Amino acid sequence: MLYREAGQFKTTYSADQQIFPILQDRIGFFITLAVAFVVIPLFAGNYVTQTILIPFLVLSIAAIGLNLLTGYAGQLSLGTGGFMATGAFAAYKLATSFPDLNIVFVFLAAGVITAFVGILFGIPSLRIKGFYLAVATLAAQFFLLWLFNKVPWFTNYSASGVISAPPMSIFGYYVTGTAASYTAKYLFLLTLVTLLALAAKNMVRGHIGRAWMAVRDMDIAAEIIGIRPLHTKLAAFAISSFYCGIAGAAWAFIYTGSVEPLAFSIDVSFKVLFMIIIGGLGSILGSFLGAGFIILLPIMLTNAPQLLGLNVPVDMISHFEFMIFGVLIIFFLIVEPHGLARLWQIGKEKLRLWPFPY
Amino acid sequence: MSVVADLTDINQASAAAHARRIGDVVLSVQNISLSFGGVRALTNISFDVREHEVLAIIGPNGAGKSSMLNVINGFYHPQEGKIIHKGVERKSMRPHEAARRGIARTFQNIALFKGMSALDNIMTGRNTMMKSNILAQALYFGPARREEMEHRKFCEHIIDFLEIEAVRKTPVGRLPYGMQKRVELGRALAAQPDILLLDEPMAGMNVEEKEDMCRFILDVNNEFGTTMVLIEHDMGVVMDISDRVVVLDYGRKLADGTPDAVRANQEVIDAYLGVSH
Amino acid sequence: MDFLYNLLIEPLVQIFTYPIFALEVLIGGLLSGVMYSLVALGFVLIFKASGVFNFAQGAMVLFAALFFAGFMDMGIPWYGALVLTIAVMALLAMTIERAVLRPLVNQPHIILFMATIGITYFLDGLGQTIWGSQVRVLDLGIPQSPMEFGGVQINQFDVVAAVVAGTLVAVLAVFFQKTRIGRALRAVADDHQAALSVGIPLKTIWAIVWTVAGLVGLVAGIMWGAKLGVQFSLAMVALKALPVLILGGFTSIPGAIVGGLIIGAGEKLAEVFWSPAIGGGIEDWFAYMLALAFLLFRPQGLFGEKIIERV
Repeated sequence: MLYREAGQFKTTYSADQQIFPILQDRIGFFITLAVAFVVIPLFAGNYVTQTILIPFLVLSIAAIGLNLLTGYAGQLSLGTGGFMATGAFAAYKLATSFPDLNIVFVFLAAGVITAFVGILFGIPSLRIKGFYLAVATLAAQFFLLWLFNKVPWFTNYSASGVISAPPMSIFGYYVTGTAASYTAKYLFLLTLVTLLALAAKNMVRGHIGRAWMAVRDMDIAAEIIGIRPLHTKLAAFAISSFYCGIAGAAWAFIYTGSVEPLAFSIDVSFKVLFMIIIGGLGSILGSFLGAGFIILLPIMLTNAPQLLGLNVPVDMISHFEFMIFGVLIIFFLIVEPHGLARLWQIGKEKLRLWPFPY
Repeated sequence: MSVVADLTDINQASAAAHARRIGDVVLSVQNISLSFGGVRALTNISFDVREHEVLAIIGPNGAGKSSMLNVINGFYHPQEGKIIHKGVERKSMRPHEAARRGIARTFQNIALFKGMSALDNIMTGRNTMMKSNILAQALYFGPARREEMEHRKFCEHIIDFLEIEAVRKTPVGRLPYGMQKRVELGRALAAQPDILLLDEPMAGMNVEEKEDMCRFILDVNNEFGTTMVLIEHDMGVVMDISDRVVVLDYGRKLADGTPDAVRANQEVIDAYLGVSH
Repeated sequence: MDFLYNLLIEPLVQIFTYPIFALEVLIGGLLSGVMYSLVALGFVLIFKASGVFNFAQGAMVLFAALFFAGFMDMGIPWYGALVLTIAVMALLAMTIERAVLRPLVNQPHIILFMATIGITYFLDGLGQTIWGSQVRVLDLGIPQSPMEFGGVQINQFDVVAAVVAGTLVAVLAVFFQKTRIGRALRAVADDHQAALSVGIPLKTIWAIVWTVAGLVGLVAGIMWGAKLGVQFSLAMVALKALPVLILGGFTSIPGAIVGGLIIGAGEKLAEVFWSPAIGGGIEDWFAYMLALAFLLFRPQGLFGEKIIERV
């Protein structure tokens, strides 16, 4: 009853192609933004913000990045962790070498540097597909991590090997380092994520997004109608790496406060891949849903036995986590390859009819 | 009602139009030979395609017709021979170059992008003409949006022309076969090609669908002057709508001429009746 | 300049000054390469027969090793443990075929690949839930100490592993060429439809293939487990098998062997002779970068088939 489109006619093509053509969706989106920007900072405490919301936002950026590459352009990548590490270290070197640089600029520049690295490792993708490409990205993952570990220039020749992100501020508020309040961090990150997500959505509905999906669905036909596979795939790698680089910088600077290669191991690559599979391949909303799911699942698993009155040892819980991940991946791939995002869409379609049966 | 009877009227009217309009040679296939490993797909094929004409390539299954189209649009690279297109001689080019030079095609087994809607599929046909860079697209408002709307307008003309307005937002994987073929034709037309290669555009269609498709092909040829090269098995259609016919068999050219001349050619008749040779 | 010298010239100098040592490193590398080949073999079998790229091969190796070690720890003699583990692996193979492969029958390869990643995680968790996460020692009674052979030191265990692997390959070769089932497997690998049309039961064949791959995984698991101890990094050994497949081609058994040898030898040589120039830990990435280089110049590997796309 609430969700009907009756009477909503579009008279221009640009109205037809907006991100939320249905009025109720637009309202819903602005309400979500209002809640995220105003309500949550007022009510969420330090713990929830630092351990759930901030990693959720950071990993959403990485999930969007990987989704652009794997979900939209069909190029499987297992190197997300390595690219995030590149962004983190690039940001660190920039921030420490040029301390007066604005943090936004540092993040963007780190993203651009990572984009170049991404292009480098993406070049083999032009001749190969599928799991061959996955192995190429594994090379990126392992080599980059080794590089950052071994070459002392990246850690500014630190003796202890533990490097912390320098404190940086924007508009007079600290957003990194120990002086930063969790609210400042959250709002900064939220703004960043909103802008990046909008940019991604715009690209995806533009001709580059269509070119990606064409290459994903049938690259031979795409080439025959004039889409250049070289440019399209490299663009996907570049933009995806840009997002992963920013995610890595955000992870190091805003979330953990320290820059260490271990945080970007192959497990992270798999984690982000799971996010987009469960959340929905080829969907920006899905990237968020998947990130949220993967962040919340361990917390639910840790707390559920207590709520049920059972006493389950901690390591058993992490084993269950693995098993549940595995089952969920298989479940989603079989039942709904478009993940939670598609389930959400189906839910909305049912809502359009409600309360009528058909 | 057969397709042949209905087309007679169209045929007479357009025959006059055709005769007026057929121009010079725009594509020349010379001595093309193509093999895959030990299999000779094409042997020494030569023929010309004239501007604004409808040329049909026919022949029994396995004759090499699809391979010939694949050579023309650069997907297969011949071992020998060359192709002269718009005065430029080339042995082989990448498929996307052929597309950018004005050659578009449809496929025997529909090659649509199943994950996208009909409208999006047709819009991909315009990709070569969309120039806004990535930053502009990320921003959307401004030059990128203006460009999108321009091309959307053109694609909507094509959608009107092909009468598929109702399904424009449906993912093409869900459309019936005949509709998918139409969307594929639309995608090829979106590129505003000079030469349109159609690989069995009417395969698997019933009579009404075939009539519609014939009408579209002739309309495109008449209104836009697009040169059409089509592979087709329905002899009635071929004889009625084409200006010239090229017959292939076992990778060789058997005949090349007007439909009537080809119909009377003894070698062609033998090939179709299966006389061993 | 110094750096370039250390990188390019010095290793050669070292090799020529200490040829015996270099030979030992080479042989050690070749022998560990044999172990990689074992894991890669399992991949190739499954890929040849069903076109599925079974990322879970590593987890299967680990799973087999866990059960074998676990059974032995429970006091069951090795032949009993072997039989029991084979039964477990066969059961696993059939479950995977039923629960994962059948529903995904016509999906693009990338989906199947991701499903096998899911299987890996599941087996990882399940194995640890059943057997716990401590490292188990797998004692096969084979000495790990080096022995002398014409002045060159070779690890006895590695030799045994090489012999075992060689026997396995020979057995598989005979199986494929001479037996009825082997012929059916080759038919399925060539063309599913054609195999179906001559009455070969596809699903049974797949179950058999996965079981054989599980057995190969078991042998690999036992060998690796005895050498390194049965622990979870074993599943990551599977990742190393991927470059082996790229070098050798995904559909070639001799390719898996040659690829494994090249990767094993290359890794060890690079680690030993490049460490002075660029630091240690080269083993972590050398295999993958080598694969990357191959992908640039010869994507189908040394023995693989070139794919002709038809439109």
